[in-house]
Amino acid sequence: MTDHAHTNCEELLSSLSLYIDGELNPELCHELEKHLAGCDNCRVVLNTTKRTLDLVHAPIEKLDVPEDVRERLFKRLKLDDYLNQKS
Amino acid sequence: MNKTMSLEISLEALIAGDRAEFARLVDTYSGPIYRLGLRMLGTPQDAEDVLQNTFLNVLTHLSTFEGRSSLSTWLYRIAANEALMLIRKKKPEVNMDDAQAGENDEDLLPTQFVDWSALPEDELLSGEGKQILDAAIQTLPEAMRIVFVLRDVEGLSIKETADALNLTETNVKTRLLRARMFLREQLSMYYGERITREE
Repeated sequence: MTDHAHTNCEELLSSLSLYIDGELNPELCHELEKHLAGCDNCRVVLNTTKRTLDLVHAPIEKLDVPEDVRERLFKRLKLDDYLNQKS
Repeated sequence: MNKTMSLEISLEALIAGDRAEFARLVDTYSGPIYRLGLRMLGTPQDAEDVLQNTFLNVLTHLSTFEGRSSLSTWLYRIAANEALMLIRKKKPEVNMDDAQAGENDEDLLPTQFVDWSALPEDELLSGEGKQILDAAIQTLPEAMRIVFVLRDVEGLSIKETADALNLTETNVKTRLLRARMFLREQLSMYYGERITREE
């Protein structure tokens, strides 16, 4: 990490994922936040990782199973009788 | 797929061979399983194969389901296995052990430090940005991608993901971190370049 020379960065980076999920233990959480306050690069990594996940979770057109795929599935499972009873 | 939905399905009725209940199960879980297939294999045809094989398998093994995991975790386990088996069949050269999942620490180290997180929402969600993300997900090693899809796309917990994939929770956390770091790097290269161009 040549552009990112703080000694703690690598170590704390491994906690980033748990921190974002709110699953990091309080002690490490405190340590990470203290580090983040003084490390621009780590803050950028944190913010852009969060944004990456926002994008993953962004409400895009919900991809449903196409009707012809559902029909073939029901036929394969011998569920033809229930094709018109979508729950 | 959430717990409320899975609670509505009667396991008792399913095991007793209730076809209407099985049809409800299929309709409830088809979407997530089809999407998992698409994310893992990349084509609608393969996603359909994953979907069909998963439910054929469910039908065969339902009577032996012991309820040690939730019904949804069990379904995800079958679907993940089907997807990974199909990948192995189509790409025998793909190695899906831990080494393939990137145990090298250097994979983790960020190289991109442009802060694009403040870009406006509509710019981030532009078709192109989403495409870059989708393409990047497709390039994740399979062992890492399946963890990412279950946890971050489908919203399973770490424990549910570990149960579905027969991995330890530590292993899931490691793969998830690597997947997220990899995707962040890819998006940072894209948005970073755009920001630099605009300046």
